[in-house]
Amino acid sequence: MEAEKIQLSKRDRLSVAWRSTFIQGSWNYERMQNGGWAYSMIPAIKKLYTTKEDRSLALKRHLEFFNTHPYIASPILGVTLALEEERANGAPVDDVAIQGVKVGMMGPLAGVGDPVFWFTVRPMLGALGASLAMGGSILGPIIFFVAWNLIRWGFMWYTQEFGYKAGSKITDDLSGGLLQDITKGASILGMFVLASLVQRWVSINFQPVVSRVQLDEGAYIDWDSLPSGAEGIRQAIEQVNSGLSLSPVKVTTLQDNLDQLIPGLAPLLLTLLCMYLLKKKVSPIIIILGLFVVGIGGHLIGLL
Amino acid sequence: MSIISIILVILVAFLAGVEGILDEFQFHQPLVACTLIGLVTGNLTAGIILGGTLQMIALGWANIGAAVAPDAALASVASAIILVLGGQGVDGVPAAIAIAVPLAVAGLFLTMVVRTLAVPIVHLMDSAAEDGNFRRIELLHIAAVIMQGVRIAIPAGALLFIPAATVQSFLESMPAWLTDGMAIGGGMVVAVGYALVINMMATKEVWPFFIIGFVVAAMTELTLIALGALGVAIALIYLNLSKMGGSSNGGGSNSGDPLGDILNDY
Repeated sequence: MEAEKIQLSKRDRLSVAWRSTFIQGSWNYERMQNGGWAYSMIPAIKKLYTTKEDRSLALKRHLEFFNTHPYIASPILGVTLALEEERANGAPVDDVAIQGVKVGMMGPLAGVGDPVFWFTVRPMLGALGASLAMGGSILGPIIFFVAWNLIRWGFMWYTQEFGYKAGSKITDDLSGGLLQDITKGASILGMFVLASLVQRWVSINFQPVVSRVQLDEGAYIDWDSLPSGAEGIRQAIEQVNSGLSLSPVKVTTLQDNLDQLIPGLAPLLLTLLCMYLLKKKVSPIIIILGLFVVGIGGHLIGLL
Repeated sequence: MSIISIILVILVAFLAGVEGILDEFQFHQPLVACTLIGLVTGNLTAGIILGGTLQMIALGWANIGAAVAPDAALASVASAIILVLGGQGVDGVPAAIAIAVPLAVAGLFLTMVVRTLAVPIVHLMDSAAEDGNFRRIELLHIAAVIMQGVRIAIPAGALLFIPAATVQSFLESMPAWLTDGMAIGGGMVVAVGYALVINMMATKEVWPFFIIGFVVAAMTELTLIALGALGVAIALIYLNLSKMGGSSNGGGSNSGDPLGDILNDY
């Protein structure tokens, strides 16, 4: 007797993908994402199993410990859907095989998700959006929100389908160099972009004046000798363009001297100091509060 | 503040709280949360600027594995509400930022409490699974999601009931040296987020790219998008080159190095 093969429709798979948006919803200290995982699998379990015993067993097997990067759960869900489908159609796929695939994939894949999404894409989009937003532009938040969600949903749906189609074969693909390449590529891009963000967006401005030099006659604009009215403004702008100083005294601050070495040296050193402190297990919150104290203190004594 | 504004603020706070755990749509990121609160209270520009400034600080805050980062959700929602109540508009941003940081710690404890409360919920799920009861598992999961939303919605609602005059006189009592100093501190605090991320990624192999990125940013006027494109190109080139090096060690005649092939043939 040949039973008709039960298959998950695209609709079922979309329903699973949508539910996996909430995979961290019942995140808990005992089994982490297990509740969200079971919640995501429910449309598939409903379709594939009809008896109460089978459904109960399936739910229990998907309430086991699970934790990975929330978006990386998608390819794992895809593979698990393929395995459950085979099992429902009578293939000898046991609990151990399903659990093995889940656990086998979640660790290595989480190691890809964190650097790609949290350390590369979000800081880049975030910094792009924030730099626009700090100028008051609504485009900043909109670009960040839209771009992020397009990337996220595209990734989740596409990789879930990929996992579903590849099925258990996916473990072979993953053992290749592809994952390592993605991780390394993301790290390279991340380091490159972070360095430029440190240079552009960490701001320290040392106020102390290093020198005041009286400039020679003719090296600055002699405001008294300019004609009045628009003609005077025009001449003043011309003189500025030709390199004359606005005031007869050239003031050099400590910051100007540092910028001659390379602009952003102090922010770089500060970042390295923070990295050192974090490695020494100093809490980021303590460092943040400390820097506010340094900012206020430094401002009071005229250093910053 | 009108009733509609109050309801919308609480709704935004709820979404931010939910996202604080889900980390999907990013409603909890300052850039989005502060902008939305600014929007629903008629302080759009100040909200956007606060969001951008706070976002720079929060760039490196990410939940990795079971570790919980400072809570961007409560920090952005509460500081935006205080900014609105303070009525100083854009000038109130440095003070709001300074308030946001301790709030991020408070939010961290709240989320740890909720994550612990979720343990009995999954135990209830276990017994629902025993009965094969789909509906109950779904409801329990949704209840856990709502619990995370309420975590931020309640503090936000409570803040709204503090009279605006109290907030204003509190903010006005802050002297200029304090707010200026905080703005300066805010410029430095950004480094902590970057340091968190760099610590996660840095290996001997990728440090040179950090140096290149720093120098290129310092010496050119390239925009962030241009720098990103350059970074992608460099990463691709590096990956391809390192593969070629590997295959030539294999001793094949096709080493990807035409000059070397010609020399070998002689």
